[in-house]
Amino acid sequence: MADDNRLISVQGLKVYFRSGHACARAVDGVSFEVRKKETVCIVGESGCGKTVSALSILGLVTTPPGEIIDGRIVFAGQNLLELSEKEMQKIRGNHIAMVFQEPLTSLNPVFTIGDQISEAVRIHKKIGAESLREKCIRLLKDVGIPAPEQRLEDYPHQLSGGQRQRVMIAMALACDPDLIIADEPTTALDVTVQAQILELFGAIQKKQSMSILYITHDLGVVAAIADRVYVMYAGMIAEQGNTEQIFRNARHPYTQGLLASLPSLSKRGKRLYSIPGSVPNPAYKPAGCPFHPRCPHKAPSCSTEYPKMCDYGQGHLARCPILFQDKGHHT
Amino acid sequence: MNSKNRNNHIILCVKDLKKYFPIRRGFLQKISGWVKAVDGVSFEIERGKTMGLVGESGCGKTTVARLILKLLALDQGKIIYQGLDISGFSEKEMRPHRKEIQIVFQDPFGSLNPRMTVGQSVEEGLRILGIKSHTMRKARLEKLMEMVGMSPDSTDRYPHEFSGGQRQRIGIARALSVEPSFIICDEPISALDVSIQAQIINLLKDLQDQLGLSYLFISHDLNVVGYLCNTIAVMYMGQVMEYASAEEIFDNPHHPYTQSLLAAIPDSGPGKKLEPTLLKEDAFDSSAALQGCKYRSMCSIEAPRCRKEQVLFEKIGEGHFARCWKAMKK
Repeated sequence: MADDNRLISVQGLKVYFRSGHACARAVDGVSFEVRKKETVCIVGESGCGKTVSALSILGLVTTPPGEIIDGRIVFAGQNLLELSEKEMQKIRGNHIAMVFQEPLTSLNPVFTIGDQISEAVRIHKKIGAESLREKCIRLLKDVGIPAPEQRLEDYPHQLSGGQRQRVMIAMALACDPDLIIADEPTTALDVTVQAQILELFGAIQKKQSMSILYITHDLGVVAAIADRVYVMYAGMIAEQGNTEQIFRNARHPYTQGLLASLPSLSKRGKRLYSIPGSVPNPAYKPAGCPFHPRCPHKAPSCSTEYPKMCDYGQGHLARCPILFQDKGHHT
Repeated sequence: MNSKNRNNHIILCVKDLKKYFPIRRGFLQKISGWVKAVDGVSFEIERGKTMGLVGESGCGKTTVARLILKLLALDQGKIIYQGLDISGFSEKEMRPHRKEIQIVFQDPFGSLNPRMTVGQSVEEGLRILGIKSHTMRKARLEKLMEMVGMSPDSTDRYPHEFSGGQRQRIGIARALSVEPSFIICDEPISALDVSIQAQIINLLKDLQDQLGLSYLFISHDLNVVGYLCNTIAVMYMGQVMEYASAEEIFDNPHHPYTQSLLAAIPDSGPGKKLEPTLLKEDAFDSSAALQGCKYRSMCSIEAPRCRKEQVLFEKIGEGHFARCWKAMKK
């Protein structure tokens, strides 16, 4: 793949959380990249390390207890992990912006939304009061808020959940960032509102040609918006590929299990497949492949060796040597 | 509902259920208005079957559940359980019937007492059943834990020692302890991880097959409801907008709200794009609650008539009801 097309690349990232004697390996050697104008989804269950991976990009992992042990995050030719806090502030919000899950807790209840959006602009750009106001109105209009002039004076509690998330997106867009990281932005919303927000992300991306790194646990959302997908499990990338490869031709037992366990009308009357057991505690992950205790294809080697990434071609990779051999590929 | 036979078939029937909550304002806390949380809900659930109640947050799903359980006093309407009208029952009259209807909550951690072991929580129901012998309670407890797929030695542990999925299994065991025939599941899987959801869905289905349970399954997830339920009621702002078999709702939805909900489900399969265009963007208008159709401000096919007339919940096909006069004409 062409190097110049790459916007951000995370290489071998390891983030551990220490508390007392226990050490939770939340992110354990994760590599992924986002290319220009691309929507990339990281999908996984709670505790798989997807949010921590995203927070590390922005340098927002609380230290202690969190600690970035290893890895590089390359953005615009520099390793973000080596930057000082002051240098990081220039990137945060300006080049890389973030949209969080719960808009009501991320917005400050005692400031109007106009104040909060203009703050995002003022930090990075010198701008006069009048044009600042105009900019805020335009941003609100871009994210589909009706009558933006009046909304500027509103407080977060006066808006509906969907509108609050639109305001969050407006703040993220304030400095025309190259990358927006959205961490479960629609999880707290109703399905019809979710559909509107997803459509909004699509529209913004087309208009402003930016990249989106979208973090979610919902495979339905992934199918609807992603160009490429990374499936995470217990701190590792289990599988990566484009939407077609992941949904039609999954090669990792975890991805296969997840897809088979989704209920739908067409599976009526049939028993749902369910992955046995539960997600391991990040502090006590099983040795070898972290998925092996729940895996239907496990071999003796799975409990001792950390699985290698196996290449199925055309950007489709899965961390399961057992299935790779079964399919007649040689390692 | 003419023959007695058919009546026997129906485990629960609610008719025109209404619950309004007062809005109080000012120093004297005068009532300044009403929130019509449930505003005319009717449906039937057949014995041994599952009915799905879907709708977005705040549409009154949980209020309906609490009215059926008689945790809230209803303002109007009838609740007929096994042919018995329980709507006017006092707390005392209700008590012998309480164990018949049980509930499984959304948040299994919030609904288990953190200072009681799991065994104590589940055993409490057995005591209420009147099992006095300690050994018999113990045996029954072990049987219950086995039924929900938990090892019997987990009874001495506390709720925080379990994962979300296990806690939900315990919540189900607690509901089953009093041998109910009808269980209300209020979003039982939405707090769980994706890989655990299928386990709980399978468990609920197995228990239904084994014990002949009937379920009212409340959810906002249409995929789950479509998989699990025999019939579906779609709620919007306190009213049932459409009620039909699951197949009918998915293949032949008549109400514009059902249609837009179905269009908004992100389906797992690439290629299917969302069609949110059916919805008017942020057009929600609460004054719509005053007169005419409650959905009209969001509706894509709104007509002047929707503004004036009270829309009735009418039969449009065999076992298919909708609250839209345009659906009638179809």
